[in-house]
Amino acid sequence: MNPAGFLRQIVSNRLALFGTLVGTFLCLTAILAPVVTPFAFESQNLPLRLQPPAVGHWFGTDELGRDILSRVAYGTRISMLVGFSVVLVSSFLGLLAGSLAGYYGGWFDEVLMRVVDVLLAFPGILLAIALVAFWGPGLEKLIFALVAVGWVGYARLVRGQILKVKELDFVKATRSLGASDSRIILCHLIPNIIQPVLVQASIGMAGAILAEASLSFLGLGVPPPLPSWGAMLNDGRSHLFDAPHLVLFPGAATILAVLAFNFLGDGLREILNPRLQGQSPLFR
Amino acid sequence: MRSFLLRRLLLTFPVLLGVVTLVFSFIHLVPGDPVQIMLGEGAQAADVEQLRHRLGLDQPVLSQYGRYLKDVVRGDLGISFRFGESVTNIIFSRYPATLQLAMLSLFFGALLAVPTGVLAATRPGSWIDRILTSATLLGISLPNFVSGPLAIILFSIVLGWLPVSGRSGPAHFVLPAVTLGASLSAILTRMVRAGMIEELQEDYVKTARAKGLSETQVLLKHALKNSLIPVVTVMGLQFGTLLAGAIITETIFAWPGIGRLTVQAINSRDYPLVQGCLLVIACTYVTVNLLTDLAYGFLDPRIKYQ
Repeated sequence: MNPAGFLRQIVSNRLALFGTLVGTFLCLTAILAPVVTPFAFESQNLPLRLQPPAVGHWFGTDELGRDILSRVAYGTRISMLVGFSVVLVSSFLGLLAGSLAGYYGGWFDEVLMRVVDVLLAFPGILLAIALVAFWGPGLEKLIFALVAVGWVGYARLVRGQILKVKELDFVKATRSLGASDSRIILCHLIPNIIQPVLVQASIGMAGAILAEASLSFLGLGVPPPLPSWGAMLNDGRSHLFDAPHLVLFPGAATILAVLAFNFLGDGLREILNPRLQGQSPLFR
Repeated sequence: MRSFLLRRLLLTFPVLLGVVTLVFSFIHLVPGDPVQIMLGEGAQAADVEQLRHRLGLDQPVLSQYGRYLKDVVRGDLGISFRFGESVTNIIFSRYPATLQLAMLSLFFGALLAVPTGVLAATRPGSWIDRILTSATLLGISLPNFVSGPLAIILFSIVLGWLPVSGRSGPAHFVLPAVTLGASLSAILTRMVRAGMIEELQEDYVKTARAKGLSETQVLLKHALKNSLIPVVTVMGLQFGTLLAGAIITETIFAWPGIGRLTVQAINSRDYPLVQGCLLVIACTYVTVNLLTDLAYGFLDPRIKYQ
């Protein structure tokens, strides 16, 4: 599928279109946060603490009088940064390990599968919590922890796909023409298995955003005063009675982001697998 | 079948050994001296040495590993630094509360998913189907740290129907169980819907209708029964996810289970207790997955394990 055709498919698939538009909006918010927000995320105004939404502070203020709109917008930065970093590094590692294991088999495949078995013996978020609990909080440690959990899914997916595709005639033909292993993997196998990886990456983006927010909610994510949606939700818990807007806006932002990337993943799955087209009853 | 059972059981042991090894290695991931971090900056050198000795961290790593394995097999998970008592005892005093919550969430998830999934499947493409499927996507995307506080605002603060936290009566179970089970329910609804749509196109359903059975009998006695097999499997696999989700749900609702205990242990840097909690949750997850796999063979007689 050429890029123009792919773009046309995205526009005609409402799930993918919604996901792309909201995803683009979130990325733009993340990049332009310093320009579009009325206040700095850390700027405090104690006399205006716990103000409900009003003109000037459209999402209200928190317990230190910080503007929630600005903090939600800056929080988008953290979510997108973590989401993209985790997806890029995890999918790269998964592609590398999965394609080598699937193509060569042997001891590397055996070892990789045993490592995968052990890592999958933990619910994903639990392993991330464990790693951050022992490594300590911090943005880069959080990303490392989520990558350590995330690459496994890609590796298993890629390995399975490579095992299927490497037996096809065109690969045998390429090998008989004298192509090297690296050429077969990079130029022939990976382009043929990349579609499910793209779908998984989109859904993985939603998962990474969710995991970052979960860890920050537990106090294991980015350290204050950096704004993370999860940490904002946790801070807002002690003001559920007097200032529920403290949880409503970061909560809505989290749902929107997760929904958008899940929709994009579902839409991509439909576009890349024509047999699934029209099966989703949504937005027909 | 017997050979499958045996093989599946034997395959579980290396995974469990891997889990124990990983949990053991966690304490060595701590940047710097874990004992110093546990005791804090101002700790006396003698106290640091004493705790290091008590935790066995003054031994070579291999000997620490051997001792850890031996202790785990004996059910000894060490002594909690914060509580000063056996980690095993602390964990198993909290474990029933978590199991209770997870089982209730599972029950709630299934109770909601089966009728909604069947309803959506019997009218594919209709407005009811669209609304229910939209609700399931929202349910899957709604994290429990968002739905929990929102549920508290609505049902405890605005309506005043349910208590905010605690575990002293049946009403206390409702919000935590619904919060924890909401996304499971959404996943199960989608599975029931997809399974039912597939089953309703099978020949045996046409035969049942041709025999003059009522639509309710066709749906409930024939199609639903067959579409539930993968649902039961997913319920089993999701049980472990519920245990992990309980970490957040228990924190929100101050539920005295192993999830909240894990967070408390992390915050107080009680590493032996954190390791114990992780090990117990992971082993439960592995065991439930094993039981689900075994149950699958019994539930679907068409499956022949090689």
